[in-house]
Amino acid sequence: MSTRAAEALDRGCAPWLLAAALAATAPHAEHQPLWLSALSAGLFTWGAWLWWTHRRLPGTWPLLLLVALATGGILFEFRTLLGRDAGVAMLVVFMALKLLELGSRRDATVVVTLAYFLLLTHYFYSQSIATGAWLLMAMTLATAALVRLHGGPGIPARSTLRQAGVLLAQSLPFMLALYLLFPRVSGPLWGLPQDAHAARTGLSEQMEPGQIASLAQSGEVAFRARFTGPLPPRDKLYWRGPVLENHDGRRWRPIPGRGQAPRIEALSPPVAYEITLEPHQQRWLLALDAPGALPANFGLAATLTATGREPLTYRQRFDLTATVDFRFNVDEEAGILRRNLALPPGFHPRTRALAEEWARAEADPAAAVGRALALFTRENFFYTLQPPLLGEQPVDEFLFDTRRGFCEHYAAAFVVLMRAAGIPARVVTGYQGGEANPVDGYLVVRQSDAHAWAEVWLAGRGGVRDHPTRAVSPARVEGGGATAVAAGEPLPAMFRLRGDWLRTLRYRWEALENSWNQQVIGYNVQRQRDLMMRFGMADPDWRSMGAALAGIGALMLAVLAAWALWRRDRRDAASRLWATALRKLARHKVNCAPWEPPLQVVRRIEQEAPGLAPAFSPVAMAYIAARYGDRPDMLDDLRAAVAHLP
Amino acid sequence: MGFAATLGERLFRWRSDGNGPVRLGQRRIFILPTRAGLLYAAALVAMLTGAINYGLALGHALVFLLASLAVVAKFHTFRNLYGLTVTPGRCDPVFVGETASFHLHFANDSDRPRLALELRAGDKGTVSTTRVGASSQGEVVVAVAAGRRGWLELPRVRLSTIYPLGLFVAWSYLQPAMRCLVYPRPLASELPATDAIATAGERRGEGGQEDFSGFRAHQPADSPRHVAWKAVARDAANRPLLVKQFAGGANEELMLDWQLTSDSADSETRIAIVAGWVVAADAEGSRYGLRLPGREIQPDTGPAHRHRCLEALALHPA
Repeated sequence: MSTRAAEALDRGCAPWLLAAALAATAPHAEHQPLWLSALSAGLFTWGAWLWWTHRRLPGTWPLLLLVALATGGILFEFRTLLGRDAGVAMLVVFMALKLLELGSRRDATVVVTLAYFLLLTHYFYSQSIATGAWLLMAMTLATAALVRLHGGPGIPARSTLRQAGVLLAQSLPFMLALYLLFPRVSGPLWGLPQDAHAARTGLSEQMEPGQIASLAQSGEVAFRARFTGPLPPRDKLYWRGPVLENHDGRRWRPIPGRGQAPRIEALSPPVAYEITLEPHQQRWLLALDAPGALPANFGLAATLTATGREPLTYRQRFDLTATVDFRFNVDEEAGILRRNLALPPGFHPRTRALAEEWARAEADPAAAVGRALALFTRENFFYTLQPPLLGEQPVDEFLFDTRRGFCEHYAAAFVVLMRAAGIPARVVTGYQGGEANPVDGYLVVRQSDAHAWAEVWLAGRGGVRDHPTRAVSPARVEGGGATAVAAGEPLPAMFRLRGDWLRTLRYRWEALENSWNQQVIGYNVQRQRDLMMRFGMADPDWRSMGAALAGIGALMLAVLAAWALWRRDRRDAASRLWATALRKLARHKVNCAPWEPPLQVVRRIEQEAPGLAPAFSPVAMAYIAARYGDRPDMLDDLRAAVAHLP
Repeated sequence: MGFAATLGERLFRWRSDGNGPVRLGQRRIFILPTRAGLLYAAALVAMLTGAINYGLALGHALVFLLASLAVVAKFHTFRNLYGLTVTPGRCDPVFVGETASFHLHFANDSDRPRLALELRAGDKGTVSTTRVGASSQGEVVVAVAAGRRGWLELPRVRLSTIYPLGLFVAWSYLQPAMRCLVYPRPLASELPATDAIATAGERRGEGGQEDFSGFRAHQPADSPRHVAWKAVARDAANRPLLVKQFAGGANEELMLDWQLTSDSADSETRIAIVAGWVVAADAEGSRYGLRLPGREIQPDTGPAHRHRCLEALALHPA
């Protein structure tokens, strides 16, 4: 048996496959090491050049050598071949190499299947609207490549693309049903590789000078919140992250462990809100001060930080409550107070000298707080995103020499001053404020809203929030980061938006993005349950949802089958009526072929079934008249004659 | 009858479709996933596992879209065959060892083209690919190797398609009552010697060498005596050399007799030898007749006569 001609790949397929492969791999260039992207780009170009110049593809050995080289490089770069990033890199390289091996239809099928598979890997890195749109485009291309592959040459590219578009468009209803009804599973099925969730920007567990300042330049969304009632005033919106009590002279760290539950005294009615946290790979919840009831698996530390057991590795939604006016830990443990007075020996001599002088001069500890804030107001302190580099004694240098800093400098200096003056104090990091989107009413809190403030403990009043930055630049609290920074400093593009229409556009886009995140990406077990219950399912579980899915699926299949089986009747009215007449004859055991001339049928009936002849002759005459005559109303006669047939 | 054949008969309704047009309805079309379709399904399972494991919402959407795509593609593959009308066409006789070409006519009355239709006769035939445009007709040749002289029935034809995505194969079995006459393989041998040639008694109409019937272009083997020198002389510069042609061609009539072949050869070889004579005699342009045991064909010339002789040989009982 000869080799099947149909198995060979015709020349016109290659550009389609190349385009599909390129669309499926290109976005990975954003996060892959440069050499890998360059290698893939080189292989793609090589394959395209070979095709363009009608050259032979390289044989097995050069390809094996390339595979070995690329594998070695990936092993060297990632130290493994199994993790998420290394696996994706391998797939991208395989895809590029497979294009140099395109010989048969089977090779082409492998390329397209690999392209479909690679589409999934993009979601490890982003699930934004833009990614979704790009991948829909890439999928159309890959599908068109398949259509072209099997449809053969000589079909215009536009109809190939249209065929792929039709296929995808018809798939959408099924996809929607599956998306809504396929029983969702929460959490991973087994342990994920180490690099499953790449590092993202956000607060970290320790604070060094300059850290939050670098965060403040990012316009990325940290989380979104929606309040059931009216939005609390901006200056009450403190979203608490880790509380840093341990100081080694340079860095600030939290004390591990949760400690005793805090005692919170509410001074105002609680407010309820829903928070949607972007994954920040940390365990804290960034709850609004002071948190009320917490979701399961979360607990409140003595420092008022809500923490969970597992890091937040994917976008999650929580329903929370908070009391924005509160008093807490009026009778703080002695151990904690002692800890909040500790200063590392040998550090900050000038700061300590100043604070000890205040302590001697004032009897009331609260007065030292006032003095410190007055210092920031009175002296020539500046608020900047690009503070000068600090040396061995950062607090001293900041307080007495440079006097330029961001919130963490002020908070750190303030806490050191307080501790030296004998007032228990600590640094609190988190986010402050946020921006209400008028389109969908969500409060958007960005990385640029990251903030550090101080908390001092005063007898009879408990933990008191102090905001040394406010002493320098009151606008920081009222207006957000952008207005507080001196003119001429570089700022993220988001901050610079001025015109109203641009701002409206941004609000709209962000609202769209948020609803995408909430409705599409955030569709999880809970949302699915809620939706099913709204559709009237009493107790939605995988069985009832599976049954609903089967029912809807069967319905859609029936529609699709009807579409596939439907054939337009191309006969004209006269032919249709004639066919009806013949069908009626067949009931009387007179079988006529459709091509039999009418008069011959009449003759046959006269012989075979004379009883029918009187009724049938008018039909034949009317049919002939309608077919060949020139009177337009003959159809009516034919219709009447056919109706009279027994 | 083996189990597979019984099953095939029940399942696929293998029986002759006769000479009329066959319309492919849903009862005649079968559909199953291809190997590529199974690979696709395996990839989808892997992708769904990945999407669940990593909690990728869009990953779920992608997998669901791909799964729906396969379902939709299945209907498209089915529709690529559904409603197609196949009518048996002609089939010219061939010699043993050649390939018989069965012509099938496709009529597509829908407004979409039918692409990538594959036809294969029998289980091991070669595959021919065709397509039929929207609301148009097409013809496809199904090639079957001719192995024995006599009637070659068109084996069951498998008409299949994997268009558009190659994930499913839809097929239908066609069994039109078509047959092709296979002439015996002509064995090249010398025509019977002159003394063995019986001169037929009655010969009317056509003259001998002197019966001028026209001109034809000169060929290197032509005798110089037959060149039309006068005609050449009239316009020597532009006119090619012409040769006078005479009706009748040869004086003798050949009677190709079965008895003239060697007794020692088996009957198939003898048939092959006689077939070779027929072909050679026809190529020479001689008048020839055929005498087989129990059958005699009077001398004549022309393609119809050649066909009659070869048909007699092809169908001669062994």
